[in-house]
Amino acid sequence: MYSDYASLRAWAESEIARTRPADRTRILVGLGTCGIAAGGLDVLAALREKLADMPVSAEIVPVGCIGMCFEEPLVDIVRPGEPRICYAKVTPKSIPTILEEHLLHNNVRKDLAFAVIGDEPYDGVPAWKQLPFFATQRRTVLRNCGFIDPESVAEYIVHDGYAALAKALFEMTPESVIEEVKRSGLRGRGGAGFPTGMKWAFCRQSPGEHKYVICNADEGDPGAFMNRSVLEGDPHSVLEGLIIAAYAIGADHGYIYCRAEYPLAIVRLRKALEQARALGLLGERIFGTDFSFDVTIKEGAGAFVCGEETALMASIEGKRGMPRPRPPFPAQKGLWGQPTNINNVETLNNIPPIILNGADWFAAVGTEKSKGTKTFALTGKVVNSSLIEVPFGMTLREVIFGVGGGIANGRQFKAAQTGGPSGGCLSSEHLDWPIDYETLTKAGSIMGSGGLVVMDDSTCMVDVARFFLNFTQSESCGKCIPCRLGTKRMLEILERIVAGQGKMEDIDLLLELGETVKLGSLCGLGQTAPNPVLSTIRYFRDEYEAHIKEHRCPAKVCKALITYRISEEKCTGCTLCARNCPVNAISGERKKVHVIDPAVCTRCDTCRQVCNFDAVLVD
Amino acid sequence: MNDKLREILQAPVTGKGDLIPLLQKAQEAEGYVSEEAIYAIAEKLRIPASEVFGVLSFYAQFRLRPMGKHNVKICRGTACHVRGSPLIVTAVESELQLGNGEDTTPDGLFTVEKIACFGACSLAPVMVVGGRTYGNLSPDKARRLIRKTAEEDHV
Ligand SMILES: Cc1cc2nc3c(=O)[nH]c(=O)nc-3n(C[C@H](O)[C@H](O)[C@H](O)COP(=O)(O)O)c2cc1C
Ligand code: SF4
Ligand code: SF4
Ligand code: FES
Ligand code: FES
Repeated sequence: MYSDYASLRAWAESEIARTRPADRTRILVGLGTCGIAAGGLDVLAALREKLADMPVSAEIVPVGCIGMCFEEPLVDIVRPGEPRICYAKVTPKSIPTILEEHLLHNNVRKDLAFAVIGDEPYDGVPAWKQLPFFATQRRTVLRNCGFIDPESVAEYIVHDGYAALAKALFEMTPESVIEEVKRSGLRGRGGAGFPTGMKWAFCRQSPGEHKYVICNADEGDPGAFMNRSVLEGDPHSVLEGLIIAAYAIGADHGYIYCRAEYPLAIVRLRKALEQARALGLLGERIFGTDFSFDVTIKEGAGAFVCGEETALMASIEGKRGMPRPRPPFPAQKGLWGQPTNINNVETLNNIPPIILNGADWFAAVGTEKSKGTKTFALTGKVVNSSLIEVPFGMTLREVIFGVGGGIANGRQFKAAQTGGPSGGCLSSEHLDWPIDYETLTKAGSIMGSGGLVVMDDSTCMVDVARFFLNFTQSESCGKCIPCRLGTKRMLEILERIVAGQGKMEDIDLLLELGETVKLGSLCGLGQTAPNPVLSTIRYFRDEYEAHIKEHRCPAKVCKALITYRISEEKCTGCTLCARNCPVNAISGERKKVHVIDPAVCTRCDTCRQVCNFDAVLVD
Repeated sequence: MNDKLREILQAPVTGKGDLIPLLQKAQEAEGYVSEEAIYAIAEKLRIPASEVFGVLSFYAQFRLRPMGKHNVKICRGTACHVRGSPLIVTAVESELQLGNGEDTTPDGLFTVEKIACFGACSLAPVMVVGGRTYGNLSPDKARRLIRKTAEEDHV
């Protein structure tokens, strides 16, 4: 238990010195979700095995996502007095070479090393900021992700962790904390972009016996993983933000509502809570002051609508997660009828640096109305599929073609989707628009939580609209008729169009239904569900018309409108496709041109993917 | 009712918002929420069984039937969708002859679940079999993976 920051910091430093002598090599292994998925655990095992029979002692530190998911598995070596060298796409096979060369022969293999995670290049390896991927990024939310061991509170503390909490408790009143957050211009990162300081002030001013703060870690957008990476890679900073929010508002209890599908995030959060309690940073009399506050973790149960704040509170109360009308707002009557403040993970994550460095520091980055940085899960048909953080105001082009490295496989950019099921698709005419809350709304999309899915000329926009609508339709809680039935009817129309049975009136019907659903729905789910459809009609109407008038899917995706055939010129008669076709639709003798029977073919795409001669054509 | 479930039902509750955590623990113990568990939870919390059912049927996480021996999770997130996950779903479902919204094979060997983004979009399309992630899938690779899992089960 510590009653001032200096002694807490001293404890953490002695802890680090004890467990991590400065003269010892450290090897960092990326074990975020995508690191593990890419084979990080096999790499870790190979690393352990190889180290065991080498005459060096090194410590292995598992770290979270540094953002370069496209280069996973990542292994970084830091020798005493030397910079951190990052090796990318490491395999269990390349481990012995990397370790022997680097640790025994002082030879950094330039062909295997990806970058120096530090300011200067080293031995021919570029510094990370020299790479287009990192050059324009600015890491505030992700400041610790991929840098610290997320399970070590001491490491968080020596990276200025809990300093903001100490500053708030010892040097600031709750009102001045709120004032600072207001002045910073921070807006909610959960989707709607409501000014955070203002929300806190409302809750502080509401009378109530108890007050609650909730961290919304439900991350429902099915194309996004920003919150997850932060929870897995830097759980204490979210917790610190939540504790500061509680202090500012006067809350005595908090909840973190986390998706059950994020087991690693939940484990790390639990651990963080225990560690914080043991140090007196959570629980009774925090830092020895009279401020007491504790946190409970609640696991979501797989309902997208529970990301909506009133539904989320119903879910914590153990009920069906149905939204209710506002007012009363959560700040007036929230959880168990008490004033409640809900913030997204990333919103809270921004709080410690704002308190520590001041509102002006934060507000110096971004645009007039959108301050600071935003994380994005940049995915889809982009070269660098990654987790990024960029200042507001950067253009879509800078993000996709600069940070993202452009479109994969040399194809053509078609669209970028932001805001997930609530958002819309932007087209090439928006590439030079700045990314901020107002601009995206003007373009018919929304900022959302940070999903940014890139689409190329092989993506069918009608199919994308159907994908999102299928999602929202099945996630509608059913309370409002326009949302429940309207999305269903819209989905039926879209299914008709992708099946080649659409009529031209269907487009107008979709527009009309879309407006009705937006107007007649209670919560954000229904109010935004038509966005993917409306925005694709707005910018890609020609694709809808091609499906309807010409029974043609320009991107060659919609199964009912495409046929597979084999090119007589290209087919070598290797029989590979015939052997792999699951329904035996392909016939032909060895060394003779093969033929697909369209009546049998299920358009599973296997033959096209296995053919080594690009002989399978889709019309 | 297995011992684990019995233990869960005997543990004290907080008195506030206990229903969903209890259902989650019951599902963890049995792999699904059995009828027996529903009645026992209702009795424990002194609420009608219909309320328990109402809540559990609202949330996608809860299953009313046992899970197959091998759990196949296919990502249906946006990044995986644009990189071909619908073809993966079709391939796996046709390989296992699942249709009509069934998610478990009649022999109880496989359960196929569709999941939103795994957070491994750089490897899209992604599928998780027996806790291991497989990325950059093609329909063909997905089929072979299923076949291999089934074969390994028989030896
Ligand atoms: C259908 C729906 C889903 C939502 N899902 C999330 C979510 O997953 N995470 C989140 O932080 N906010 C989500 N929100 C927004 C929340 O209702 C709320 O505005 C937000 O948590 C407030 O936090 P902020 O001010 O920090 O953004 C969702 C809203 C709607 C309507
Ligand atoms: S808009 Fe849709 S999800 Fe929201 S409360 Fe109404 S029915 Fe439920
Ligand atoms: S698309 Fe599939 S079903 Fe059709 S011919 Fe090729 S492999 Fe056979
Ligand atoms: S999870 Fe490893 S860099 Fe993203
Ligand atoms: S969309 Fe499939 S892993 Fe993200």
